[in-house]
Amino acid sequence: MTKYTDTGKKDTRSGFGAGLLEAGQADSRVVALTADLKGSLKMDAFAAAFPERFIQCGIAEANMVGVAAGLAITGKIPFIGSFAEFVTGRVYDQIRQEVAYGRTNVKIASSHAGITLGEDGATHQTMEDVALMRALPGMTVLCPCDYNQTKAATLAAAKWDGPVYLRFGRPSVPNFTPEDQVFEIGKAYVMNEGKDVTVFAMGHMVWEALQATEALEAEGISVEVVNVASVKPLDEETILASACKSGKVVVAEEHNSAGGLGELIAGLLARRAPMPVEFVNGGDVFGQTGTPAELMAAYGLNAESIACAVKRAIKR
Amino acid sequence: MYSVEELGKISSQVRRDIVRMVSAAKSGHPGGSMSSADFLTALYFRVMKHDPRTWTRDGAGQDVFVLSAGHVTPVYYSLLAHAGYFPVSELATFRKFGTRLQGHPSVDKGLPGITQASGSLGQGLSAAAGIALGKKLDGAPEKVYVMCGDGESEEGQIWEAALFAAHYHLDNLIALTDWNGQQIDGPVDEVAGQGDLRCKWEAFGWHVIVADGHDFNAILDAYAQALSVQGKPVMILFKTEMGHGVDFMSGTHKWHGKAPSAEQCEEALKQLEETLGDY
Repeated sequence: MTKYTDTGKKDTRSGFGAGLLEAGQADSRVVALTADLKGSLKMDAFAAAFPERFIQCGIAEANMVGVAAGLAITGKIPFIGSFAEFVTGRVYDQIRQEVAYGRTNVKIASSHAGITLGEDGATHQTMEDVALMRALPGMTVLCPCDYNQTKAATLAAAKWDGPVYLRFGRPSVPNFTPEDQVFEIGKAYVMNEGKDVTVFAMGHMVWEALQATEALEAEGISVEVVNVASVKPLDEETILASACKSGKVVVAEEHNSAGGLGELIAGLLARRAPMPVEFVNGGDVFGQTGTPAELMAAYGLNAESIACAVKRAIKR
Repeated sequence: MYSVEELGKISSQVRRDIVRMVSAAKSGHPGGSMSSADFLTALYFRVMKHDPRTWTRDGAGQDVFVLSAGHVTPVYYSLLAHAGYFPVSELATFRKFGTRLQGHPSVDKGLPGITQASGSLGQGLSAAAGIALGKKLDGAPEKVYVMCGDGESEEGQIWEAALFAAHYHLDNLIALTDWNGQQIDGPVDEVAGQGDLRCKWEAFGWHVIVADGHDFNAILDAYAQALSVQGKPVMILFKTEMGHGVDFMSGTHKWHGKAPSAEQCEEALKQLEETLGDY
């Protein structure tokens, strides 16, 4: 299989911070806003480099969305950053009216997404955000898999004309994709070629899928892994081609089942190429306090769960 | 420059348009449209620096207006049409399928003069603050105006925006409250008593002006004072009467979101002088 090396664990939110700084250096229209989470969102370097273009909004996310829309109307490229729950569920109506329906070029930087936020517990662990953002007409939804890809996706979001939801996380995780990659919005990345089962994954689950693939290869099972970092727009042709190669599919995501990547790909396959699909996701749950690794294991969101799902798919 | 008398004639025509549009559509919001008609007429025809011929959504080179209380589209569309943003005849399409004159302001139908979508209440003040901040970042001298309702000010986001605008010293932001004291379910004081709005806005760090929203001399004085303020955002609380201009529609919440029948429309139009010609 294609060999991936962890070049050293890093958090994806730091990839966002690095990308934001670089985007700010490349384009003076880029501005950054936060609701009292500058440090958590790794915006310190941007704020130090461009103090005039860093806008602290205080703990008032609804207003932050509106201010960002206003700034976008005047031609700025605003990135608003907070925890995933507080830039989606808390402000869904503001994003709907001011950003999506209002057609403003606002970039939503969504950190600490999913269960791996960890010890803060369920109030902060959103497993519903992708469903909410996917549902909005005109919204682009990105979920990159590691530090390097999150940095690249941030740069791509800055250049993209239209609203973007950029989802990333809190914990340090393996950094294994190329350092200076160019991120293409609307493209799914085939990470490993295989023939028995195709695993589609997003975010932290891509590394887990690759780990599962390595273990399964030792058992003689050949797995194709596709990184669906662009959830919307979805690269339907790459996904269909990859699924049809094996005829059996697993979808893995750090998100609940409703409205997530699994339902999205299952819907595509139902329309274009019906076949067995197994799901690795949170189901219909709220999380709880714990370390990221404990929670991933407890909610069935790791390499072992993916390997089991691959075996279930093969039996169908 | 339009005189006070001429402004009065324009607002009379605007009120005719409001009644006719809402009656023809059999839905819409005449009450707040009529309470805000005078101070918005003064804004569009005397105070605001704008030019429909060169208007772009980004507000470049012009003053900007955001309607936060998005439901009062009848007054908004009538003013935009008479100011030259689109043909007055298009007012006949209000709330009809396929129209650019949606029930609440939209930016996706291409109607000139609309800077931001609104309708879900409490959000326009934030957007206006963002536009004002964008103009400051660009060193642009123009002003940003935004109109909120008093009922709308029950939304918590209004007060988030109030803190923000004062914190960033957005003295290019001039907010207007249509203080008509009524909302859909009844008088504001009965639905969700707000107490003294002047004290509240002052406590949030704004320069506050209270003026009679149906007296053009008072309205123009209020705008002149607002334009001279430095270092703070300005809130003008215009004391108005819901449904002002038609006796049976005035002073009650019952005409917040109700269309007059054909007979009521006819009765109302007898009380409103046709000055610029009906659409």
